[in-house]
Amino acid sequence: MATAALEPQVEFRTHYLNHAYGIKSWLLTTDHKRIALLYLASVTFFFFVGGAAAVLMRLNLLEPTGSLLEPATYNKLFSMHGIVMIFFFLAPAVPAVLGNFLIPLMIGARDVAFPRLNLLSWYIFMLGGAILMYAVIAGGVDTGWTFYTPLSTSYATGNVVAAAMGVFVSGFSSILTGLNFIVTIHKMRAPGLTWFRLPLFIWSMYATSCIFILAMPVIAITMVLLALERLFHVGIFDPSLGGDPILFQHLFWFFGHPEVYVLILPSMGVISELVPCFSKKRIFGYSFVAFSSVAIAAISFLVWGHHMFVSGQSVYAGLVFSALSFAVAIPSAIKVFNWTATMYKGSVSYSAPMLYAIGFIGLFTMGGLTGLFLASLATDVHLHDTYFVIAHFHYIMVGGAVMGYLGGIHFWWPKMTGRLYPDGWARFAAGVIFVGFNLTFFPQYVLGYLGMPRRYPVYPPEFQVLNVMSTAGASILGIGYLIPLVYLIWSMRYGPPAGQNPWGAKGLEWEKALSPPPPENFEETPVVTEEAYNYG
Amino acid sequence: MWHGFPLRPDQISTIAQGVDHLYYFLTAVDLFFTAGIFLTIFYFAIRYRRRSEDEQPPRIEGNLALEITWSVVPALLCGVMFVWGSSLYIRNSRPPEAATEIFVIGKQWMWHLQHPEGPREINELHVPVGRPIKLTMTSEDVIHDFFVPAFRVKKDVVPGRYSTIWFQATKTGRYRFFCAQYCGTFHSHMTGWVEVMTPEEYEHWLSGGVKTESMAAAGAALYQQFGCVTCHGTGKGPPFTNLYGNPVKLDNGQTVVADDAYLRESILDPSAKIVAGYSPIMPTFRGQISEEQILQIIAYIKSLSTAEGKK
Repeated sequence: MATAALEPQVEFRTHYLNHAYGIKSWLLTTDHKRIALLYLASVTFFFFVGGAAAVLMRLNLLEPTGSLLEPATYNKLFSMHGIVMIFFFLAPAVPAVLGNFLIPLMIGARDVAFPRLNLLSWYIFMLGGAILMYAVIAGGVDTGWTFYTPLSTSYATGNVVAAAMGVFVSGFSSILTGLNFIVTIHKMRAPGLTWFRLPLFIWSMYATSCIFILAMPVIAITMVLLALERLFHVGIFDPSLGGDPILFQHLFWFFGHPEVYVLILPSMGVISELVPCFSKKRIFGYSFVAFSSVAIAAISFLVWGHHMFVSGQSVYAGLVFSALSFAVAIPSAIKVFNWTATMYKGSVSYSAPMLYAIGFIGLFTMGGLTGLFLASLATDVHLHDTYFVIAHFHYIMVGGAVMGYLGGIHFWWPKMTGRLYPDGWARFAAGVIFVGFNLTFFPQYVLGYLGMPRRYPVYPPEFQVLNVMSTAGASILGIGYLIPLVYLIWSMRYGPPAGQNPWGAKGLEWEKALSPPPPENFEETPVVTEEAYNYG
Repeated sequence: MWHGFPLRPDQISTIAQGVDHLYYFLTAVDLFFTAGIFLTIFYFAIRYRRRSEDEQPPRIEGNLALEITWSVVPALLCGVMFVWGSSLYIRNSRPPEAATEIFVIGKQWMWHLQHPEGPREINELHVPVGRPIKLTMTSEDVIHDFFVPAFRVKKDVVPGRYSTIWFQATKTGRYRFFCAQYCGTFHSHMTGWVEVMTPEEYEHWLSGGVKTESMAAAGAALYQQFGCVTCHGTGKGPPFTNLYGNPVKLDNGQTVVADDAYLRESILDPSAKIVAGYSPIMPTFRGQISEEQILQIIAYIKSLSTAEGKK
């Protein structure tokens, strides 16, 4: 895409990447764009750590006898996979990388409201990550990412308290980031940028931030209670100490279900940017897409009991939570229909970000629809804690959230680095990821229906065929994730200059800011006179 | 490796078919919408592909009628799923009155099953075909979960409380059960088989093998051994005769029904509920008595009540 017309962009110009050099200029930066890159490096590291654990698990499951790993090792691997991917990759991925980079640029601000607090968030995040890595290296933790009591408080032998403290500490990073974003979005919008002119990415980041500051304190409290019981035998959850193990599940899922929407809402925001740009059309039904984010965030706090349909919760509680869980499906469906309708009569092009966006819509649709099986009481009883659940939430988390994240990274990469990556390789990688993903996780729906429980390193032989298919898919998926790592790093040095707006996209970050943006983002404060997605 | 490659789990209980019908309905709805979205996207992707860089698509803001349609139709479908799933769930959660009770104790990492007539099993459960069976379950340590895919039943087995499931098998044979709630290192070894037998075979199995005393008889021995008799047999503590299943008046004026959970609590935490007219002098037996022994004592107390009722 590099043409002679873009050549003048190459001439030397001060931007956020070259206005200062040296390790100190990065570790002490308060520039939201540099902090975003610090997060990018960190979450990429955690993604491949969590991914390596998944690869070992899938290899172990090639044989029903699980001959590769000891059960204790396998248990530590899936626990680490869950904790790392949920708390240290998915939760920060879109908000802390793309959100940090884009929110000020999209709303025409110089930085977030509290730049130093923003840097502190990253340090807290890294401290939490370091504590977790200590827990892993010092012997691991074998409770699963759900830390169910009394297993975690009285029986598990791993470094439960250290892992819980890693989660506890990193939660404050999310709280501070959420706070920062909310204030930024309220107070720092450019003149003329009213709420209904905001890009939908901002709406979804706002909804996400609200969940951060409301849900993260609950997991922090829960982790402290867990540590108190484990260290000092204060009877809170363990019935032999006079506690109630179900109380833990209520607390954990009161945080945990909003948390899973924290993981998907930001990617939904990314898709709402990509589809209009590559269709050259306004988003279909702006206000419906915007308010569906708010509705999802609100209802997400009222559905936690659907994790407990077989835990001994009362039948009536089950009914209420089932109904509310169905309710949360509606705003998700509205989003999918509106994205699809946006393509209608558009001018659709298929650069790599759009392929990720289409992949997202398809996989999120399948993940969302299979959630109905789990919201419905009678079928959930059979499917709960089986591979069906694993397949369902990986379609949402990996097929949805990770596809959206990668789509966003590919879309804004020219803005972040000023360089283009090879589009052919990027489209190839998107295809490999899509195929590998489906081959990995579709067989798991069938496995779950057949009754294979999750967290089983050893399993009955009749489940082997489907497990082999899944492992084959996982190896394709793993390669699919490594390809972008290679060409994106390559492009930082060798990629052709991107120019200010290689996609012809709307939005302040494309129309008013250079690529890469100068340290202060805009030479003068932009004034907004039109709605978002004003493509024709 | 291709040995028995199924696409549907065995349907061996009276509720399995109902659950499967709902499952098929959900699958059909899912396929319809997935195919609809995929085909629409493929169609749009080809029909509206970018033909030149400067083409200008029409400006479309949205369509209220469409938005309402695609909100209301999914909502109605969800309503159907909710009512269908819930009515099955309510029906499946109520054991029939006549159900035969079997007791299940989970502990790291084995299943301990006990029939009222006495036989005990480990990781095997023998049941008669065509008769409703109610499992009363608890755990010695962490949370486990009793899951029989062929019966479509699953329930957490929680320490400190009794949970129940029921099923009625429709075909003889051997079917797997699993622990479905992660319970520590050898979670995946905590599996076993349900052996569904004809009633005749089951009677033969119950009476065959090593002669074991019934749960109630074992409970009667424990009643002596733990010294329960010194109070509950002398009037110092409330008597057990005709206690089970009947209302008990407490000293705070409330009335509770003497069921499994009440009796278990009274053994482990005697001061929680004091029977009217008695003083709170009973010591706790927490830590001295196993879950299995508690179930045996409850069976004994139950036997005293049934005998009275029959007179």
